Amino acid sequence: MSAVPSMIVEAPAVTARKPGAWLRLLHNPSVLIGALLFALIALMGIAAPLLSSIDPGAINPSNRNKTPGYETSERDDEGRKITRKAIMGTDSLGRDIYTRVVYGARVSLIVGITVSVLSVVAGLAIGLFAGYFRWLDGVVMRVMDGLMAIPAILLAIALVSLSGASMMTVIVAVAIPEIPRVVRLVRAIVLSIREEPYVEAAISVGTPAVKVLWRHVLPNTIAPLIVQATFICGSAILLEAILSFLGVGIPPETPTWGNIMAEGRSLFQVYPHNILYPGAFLTLTVLAINMLGDGLRDTLDPRMSKRL
Amino acid sequence: MWNYIGRRILATLPVLLIVAVLVFLMLRLTPGDPAAVIAGDAATSQDVAEIRAKLGLDRPVVTQFFIWIGRGLQGDFGESFFYKKTVASLIADRIEPTLALATLTIILATLIAVPLGTLAAYRQGSWIDRIVMGISVIGFSVPVFVIGYVLIYVFALQLGWFPVQGYQRLADGFGGFLHRLILPSITLAMVYVALLARMTRTSVLEVLNEDYVRTARAKGLPNLKVLVFHALRNAAVPIVTVIGIGIAVLIGGVVVTESVYNIPGLGRLTVDAVLARDYPTVQAVILLFSFAYVVINLAIDLMYTVLDPRIRY
Repeated sequence: MSAVPSMIVEAPAVTARKPGAWLRLLHNPSVLIGALLFALIALMGIAAPLLSSIDPGAINPSNRNKTPGYETSERDDEGRKITRKAIMGTDSLGRDIYTRVVYGARVSLIVGITVSVLSVVAGLAIGLFAGYFRWLDGVVMRVMDGLMAIPAILLAIALVSLSGASMMTVIVAVAIPEIPRVVRLVRAIVLSIREEPYVEAAISVGTPAVKVLWRHVLPNTIAPLIVQATFICGSAILLEAILSFLGVGIPPETPTWGNIMAEGRSLFQVYPHNILYPGAFLTLTVLAINMLGDGLRDTLDPRMSKRL
Repeated sequence: MWNYIGRRILATLPVLLIVAVLVFLMLRLTPGDPAAVIAGDAATSQDVAEIRAKLGLDRPVVTQFFIWIGRGLQGDFGESFFYKKTVASLIADRIEPTLALATLTIILATLIAVPLGTLAAYRQGSWIDRIVMGISVIGFSVPVFVIGYVLIYVFALQLGWFPVQGYQRLADGFGGFLHRLILPSITLAMVYVALLARMTRTSVLEVLNEDYVRTARAKGLPNLKVLVFHALRNAAVPIVTVIGIGIAVLIGGVVVTESVYNIPGLGRLTVDAVLARDYPTVQAVILLFSFAYVVINLAIDLMYTVLDPRIRY
């Protein structure tokens, strides 16, 4: 047993591939509600320019710190008066919170999806080879143990601070702490699949290692990895928001939920809306993803669902 | 048994070493010259050379590592660039609030989560079970800082029951110390409760199917006694294990909670040091947190024999 036990990844979860597993997803309320909520938020991010005609970065000194519901009026090029309602108020630079929240969905989703793809692909590659080639295993797993012993937030903060804040750095910094968890999961699956008679048979007739991994081992990792990727997406969105909130994440002018909240921190006691609106959207998004993940796990991976 | 304890401690050493190497390399592997990064944009090349010599950056990397870790083991992590104090004294100043916050959080979370999880398992499938599981999904999803601000908004700003932010040292009175620590601890406890309640439910559920639980019931023991002395006692190992794993979540939460509540602890220090690019402090704090995490989990591993006499080494 290693020094740092993992919570999700303990049992090698080998999925029974019954026909209709994907169909059963449609009957799981957790999957349905989660997917629907997630789709709505994704739609909000994609349609951001349609939902608000204002530039999310537009600073308006005369509209600073307005409470939700405040009406702003300005004149357009032909001198007509346009009245807009800031339904979520404005921040201390006069930027419209509603617009920034809508655009913030984009950043959160991009970070969440990119991180889960990145860490799953990297973790899958490392885990497959570490599990299959025994000589690699010891070294790789010790490094993974070491990485897992550093709390994710600290590791991410340190990585971002060293390489400078940008969207790309944040994505990499958030993905790295997730990789060991994927590696452990994949390795556990590989170790149990290796013992299956059909894999032994394939090896004994001289099938090259890469082909064994590709044809026999890889398909068994798909269902657990989909589940894991969903949870990673959720925690990546949370972590990105935390980094931005602490001021060590994506540059502050970019509209992200964490940045909106970071901006609202100093005036929270007077204008709580700066924190509460983006906070609500962040919570809702992560909740949707976690519900989707829970449902996927129960449906695709029954053995894993018993563990936690 | 002593043999086992010895082997277990020895097995932890490589992990600690790897953590130390990773934390050390983080600074060394940055693109560009670490001395230039530390010196900042306005530095002259002379400043950079000075810092490089001071940090021993002109020596081979392996030598640098052993110098750093050797001094670190003696409690010397060098001098903070930003605070102009030794890193060790900086950490000593900041450790009390963090320890207090973490301890209170663990106590609070255990007191809430274990009864909830047990109850959920006992009434599996009932509305209680659903509510507990629902709370735990929400607990995982609400970011710590959102919980913190909502609690401040409701209990400090609207109701005025608690101070908004700040910390009072234990030496200045226990009442004020506890009063200021309650909201931050509740904030931090949410994720922990979610994690623990789930694990308690799962492991109590497993135990409830055992023969000895049926026997205990059959001989007419009251339900509460069966739950506490038969079910919970035997479910203790996985529950305690999750408390240990949760330390990682807790440390992450400490960083955020201390920023939200303006508590001058190690978490705040980490963020402030990162923002000030104070690398000796960053390295030392991350190393300290990671070592604490590994050592606590080692201690929990060693506690298994006490918790469950069936486990013998």
